[in-house]
Amino acid sequence: MDLENQKRVKEFAEQYGPENVVVLLGAAEGEASGLAAETVTNGDPTYAGPLTGVQLGLRVYHVCEPEIKQEFDPAVYDDQVSMMEMVLDVDDIVNEMTSIREQYCKY
Amino acid sequence: MKSVIKGASYILAHTPDMVLHNGTTQTTERIVNPDSEYLKELPGHIRSYEQVLSYWPNQVYIGNKTPDELAAVEQPWYDKTCDVSDRYGKFGQIMPQEEFLLLMQACDVFDLVKLDSAFVAAHKPALAQNPVMDESILARIGDGIDGAEIARLVSEEHSEGLYHNGALVGCVNRAHDIDVNLSAHVMHENIVSKASSVLALLSAVHTTGISKDEVEYVIDCCEEACGDMNQRGGGNFAKAAAEIAGLSNATGSDARGFCAGPSHAMIEAAALVESGAYKTVVVTAGGCTAKLGMNGKDHVKKGLPILEDMIGGFAVVVTQNDGVNPEINLEILGRHTVGTGSAPQAVISSLVTDPLERAGLKVTDIDKFSPEMQNPDITKPAGAGDVPLANYKMIAALAVKRGDIAKADLAKFTTEHVLTGWAPTQGHIPSGVPYIGFAREDLLAGKITRAMIIGKGSLFLGRMTNLFDGVSFVIQKNAGSNAPAGVSEEEVKGLIAKAMKEFAATLLAQAD
Repeated sequence: MDLENQKRVKEFAEQYGPENVVVLLGAAEGEASGLAAETVTNGDPTYAGPLTGVQLGLRVYHVCEPEIKQEFDPAVYDDQVSMMEMVLDVDDIVNEMTSIREQYCKY
Repeated sequence: MKSVIKGASYILAHTPDMVLHNGTTQTTERIVNPDSEYLKELPGHIRSYEQVLSYWPNQVYIGNKTPDELAAVEQPWYDKTCDVSDRYGKFGQIMPQEEFLLLMQACDVFDLVKLDSAFVAAHKPALAQNPVMDESILARIGDGIDGAEIARLVSEEHSEGLYHNGALVGCVNRAHDIDVNLSAHVMHENIVSKASSVLALLSAVHTTGISKDEVEYVIDCCEEACGDMNQRGGGNFAKAAAEIAGLSNATGSDARGFCAGPSHAMIEAAALVESGAYKTVVVTAGGCTAKLGMNGKDHVKKGLPILEDMIGGFAVVVTQNDGVNPEINLEILGRHTVGTGSAPQAVISSLVTDPLERAGLKVTDIDKFSPEMQNPDITKPAGAGDVPLANYKMIAALAVKRGDIAKADLAKFTTEHVLTGWAPTQGHIPSGVPYIGFAREDLLAGKITRAMIIGKGSLFLGRMTNLFDGVSFVIQKNAGSNAPAGVSEEEVKGLIAKAMKEFAATLLAQAD
């Protein structure tokens, strides 16, 4: 995850409390989603950014996961996300995200 | 009258030592984690010049292999040897580091680049053999200075070292004592960009056969900024590079838009020519040192060589309609507007389906789409996937939503209307434009009738706006009836014969 984005996530977690923050991802595939999710839960796996060794344990989802999809107005989702839903390997993303949440999510 | 693509050049410079010393992944790591395993392992993953010559995507970039031929080679490509390993191709060349360092010195007009005299003596004869170099450029290369003085400049005067095979062979001095915009680091980055742009311009003149004096305007679309503390992005890389390249009749300016820069510049060039403001405009860009080894950590972790060891550059020559060369159709322009939004669906609609709809065309009326043509050999191991393929899937999905193709034909679409990425991950370099050279040939040969070039840019990286950006345009077969008045049928026949001859020559060269 981009170093600047890590810094912003860390600051939001400090400002609002980690229990009040949900990180929503739009990454294009499972591995990248998993890496970003790991960064905001267990810390930066590349040991490069501000979240290195910082276990925020935030709730983190991908926009194509069913829990998030059901929160949307279906018309907006069709307009904004349905094309990507057709393109992405949603099952792979769900598996990666679920695995990371089960291991590291604290909330 | 529509403007035409007279030709394009594509060049690479192999800069392995700059990967280690100037790529931001490496320079950041040296600050944050100086004793890291990555920095220790990295030198063992650097490729030799021979290896980069026989790397498939590089041979496609300079035009010795086609995208179709590349697509037929099973991925990954880093462990395969291309059967062609020529340094020169029909679009340009792959310059070795030693010649590139000399070219950098030739491109410096403020006496900032210093080279070791022994290094100059050893490598200047090789640069003199380069068919795109001429006396005016070679005469700009000095005899060099003592190696001990270079070492002193680097250790005491904040100069940026220039290395070859691990040895200090030169440096770039700072251009001001306290202005960070003129620091040695920034000057190094900008001179590399300028030198690779100069090489692209010289190659474009060489491959198209135009006279240098014909060029009236140059647009630079790289992603660097030059200026001082009072005008940090003051600019005009374009004119600076045109000067060294000997384009004496040209003025120019810079167009910026992150990775979308080249597509913006191409549309501007076409508009300038179509309006009659200038007869010949060249769009050019040099490469970027910061992005060298950008995904190096993933490549090293996975046991791959460092594949981001090439500085890229390109130039496209846009001229008045000659009745033969492919036309840029400014009536079919895609644009991501302020109000478009940043969801991928909105972005692709604005760039691909909206302009086609306005022109009464279907997605399938475009024979080839050229979006972000990043080499997947580089991006896949880094977790970024196959970028062109991701774009094609989105275009295909939109085509299905519009009813242009049936869902069952999705797979067919992503084999017929697509290209496999071959461009180095140098930001603006892979963005749409790598196909223009091949598109011109495919259109001249009648293999395709329309190609869409798509540029996208991540404006939010500059922290001035959260917006995304992009523009697209269509290159099409010349309608043939647009030959300028006063040109005889004989002249047109002559032009067609010349184009056919060039095409036959490329076919013969490929057969060889």
